[in-house]
Amino acid sequence: MFDSLSSKLNTILSHLRGKGKLSEADVNAALREIRLALLEADVNYKVVKELMASVHERAIASEVLESLTPGQQVVKVVRDELTELMGEERVGLMLANKPAVIMLVGLQGCGKTTTAAKLALTLKKEGKKSVLVAADVYRPAAVEQLRKLGEELGLPVFEQGSSPVQIVSGVRDWAEENLCDVVIIDTAGRLQIDQSMMNELVQLKEVTSPDEILLVADAMTGQEAVNIARSFHEKLSLSGVVLTKLDGDARGGAALSIRAATGCPIKFVGVGEKLPELEAFHPKRMAERILGMGDMLSLIEQAESAIDQKKAEEIADRIRKDRFTLQDFHDQLQEMRKMGPISQILDKLPGGGRLKGSANVDEQELDRALAILRSMTLEERLNPSIIGGSRKKRIARGSGVRVRDVNWILSRFKEAKRAIKFMGTGRGKSKFPPEFLQMR
Amino acid sequence: MTWTDRLRNGLEQTRNRLTDSITQALGQGGKLDREELERIEEILISADVSAPIATELVDELSSHRKTRGIGREEVLAILKEGIKSRLSGYERSLSLRNDSQPTVILVAGVNGSGKTTTIAKLAAHLREDDPTMSITFAAADTFRAAAIDQLDIWADRVDADLIKHRIGADPSAVVFDALEHARRRGGVLFIDTAGRLHTKHNLMEELQKINRTIVKRLGHKPDERLLILDATTGQNGICQAISFHTAIDLTGVVLTKLDGTSKGGVILTIQKQLALPIMYIGVGETKDDLHEFVSDQFVDALFST
Repeated sequence: MFDSLSSKLNTILSHLRGKGKLSEADVNAALREIRLALLEADVNYKVVKELMASVHERAIASEVLESLTPGQQVVKVVRDELTELMGEERVGLMLANKPAVIMLVGLQGCGKTTTAAKLALTLKKEGKKSVLVAADVYRPAAVEQLRKLGEELGLPVFEQGSSPVQIVSGVRDWAEENLCDVVIIDTAGRLQIDQSMMNELVQLKEVTSPDEILLVADAMTGQEAVNIARSFHEKLSLSGVVLTKLDGDARGGAALSIRAATGCPIKFVGVGEKLPELEAFHPKRMAERILGMGDMLSLIEQAESAIDQKKAEEIADRIRKDRFTLQDFHDQLQEMRKMGPISQILDKLPGGGRLKGSANVDEQELDRALAILRSMTLEERLNPSIIGGSRKKRIARGSGVRVRDVNWILSRFKEAKRAIKFMGTGRGKSKFPPEFLQMR
Repeated sequence: MTWTDRLRNGLEQTRNRLTDSITQALGQGGKLDREELERIEEILISADVSAPIATELVDELSSHRKTRGIGREEVLAILKEGIKSRLSGYERSLSLRNDSQPTVILVAGVNGSGKTTTIAKLAAHLREDDPTMSITFAAADTFRAAAIDQLDIWADRVDADLIKHRIGADPSAVVFDALEHARRRGGVLFIDTAGRLHTKHNLMEELQKINRTIVKRLGHKPDERLLILDATTGQNGICQAISFHTAIDLTGVVLTKLDGTSKGGVILTIQKQLALPIMYIGVGETKDDLHEFVSDQFVDALFST
């Protein structure tokens, strides 16, 4: 998501890196470029100004100018400042009361309803039962949307009452009676300058005294992010922020702006339309990600939640014993697809942004490989040597490809098996053979 | 209240702060100095005008200053002209067909930009002009929970026919059925597509498929292919416009949610790069708050005191 910014900073600073020693003019040139990149990333201009001032001060200090690796020093300074702005370690939800109340607020279309459902799912995974409260009585079908999401999650949706205040006033008791741990209130979208609607939120807050009041903000928001966040914060004293739609290519400068304007931690980020696609926000990683240093930890977490550990161990075991079959290959591909689109995975690898441009991983190719494997019988997958001409024709028909595509999978499998065997004996580098990503 | 009044009211918050802050940026007496110019540049950037265009506009001010010196009161006028000249020449409104075929309007945009509401507003205007016109809504957002219900409620309010399938259905199939319906009834067909981030390859393909379905059935592209853009969007709006333009060859942009304090400065870059007309702007929640975009009036409203 921050690709362009990272690659820009990379270009500027690799230019610096080449030199042995920096002059103040070099630093200034780099900082000008960084300023432009940050503005283009929608970081608020005031934030940029302050950031630049403190980076400049530190960058021309002797620690940088006299260091042997001034380029890296500048990177470090920018990264440190970004990290500091973003907040140090990640902050989770503080749910002290029983039942605890979370209230979601924000502009129209920022993703409150989806976020409510995503939060409920996250809490459900932690063993907490939520009730979703439909306090948006204005947008047509908003209640219906929440009701359907509740159904999907197998969680109750509370909607008794005609005004938002009326609806929420009964919910705490209801939650207690129905053994819910958390109450998640989905409020209507509103402009931060709409006084009567803002006052409604204040009333909702008074009635429910929430543990968490989270501002849901669109990562694509421009310079206004600061004013929006500040207005909501002044009225409600927010406890945190959820940044949505980070799966796009918005560089997400709003993250920095909101944080600077409110001092509130960003607690979660939305990275897709589907309900599991909500991730914890890690300020430090985010700052490093802005600088193109990758986001390995998030990736590992994601892999852990998607991949069935037992199955993974089984496969590892088979590899060791050289009994890796097409069936295992099929399972592995399937697990991999569960982690989400390859492009999303690449985003998190250091330099993955650049890789994405050049490698051009075709998701469809992976899906096609999976389709071919699915068109084989179990027997064929366990013992590929029985696949002769007529079986190949049948498999090709079944998966809608040509026979040579089937041949291609089979030969790839042989190669991979060789590579994996190598890896299993501990002689080679342990990595997934890259040719699997770079199909044809 | 004339519509320009309403436009001005809608833009009240936006306008106040823009004019006020520029006036404030100018110190007392004497000529414009470097620092003041820099502050004006910042104000433009804070309106989501891209940094390069903000620099251009300020350079224009600066060159005026050098050649003949400008008074402070002229600053606003020069900026206004600069922005007007960048926005004018692209105005156009919805064009309805006058042959026997239905006018097909494909509406696309990222999640939460205001597609469904915009369709409802446009339809309400058409309904007001012609109480007997046949209006059809195609519920091609089969992904988001209750998207179909939302459109259904609007269809009821503006007396439009709703063509829908089940949630999860192929949007192109919905469009196909809606086309059949509209071909029999004539009038206008609005296609409400699911919100999609422009970076999602498969979802952009889905949008192109909808487009192809229409071409196959009617022998021509949808008459209007509109991008709905949220005015609070920053520089990412450019990426959105480029991607959607590449996918479905847009005919225009509708800028929504201008009633906040956002100024939508990103449209300057969109016009510069894509020369796409901004067709409508939304400055509020009622149907009367959707206006045809007229650059002069828009910029005047933005800067008026």
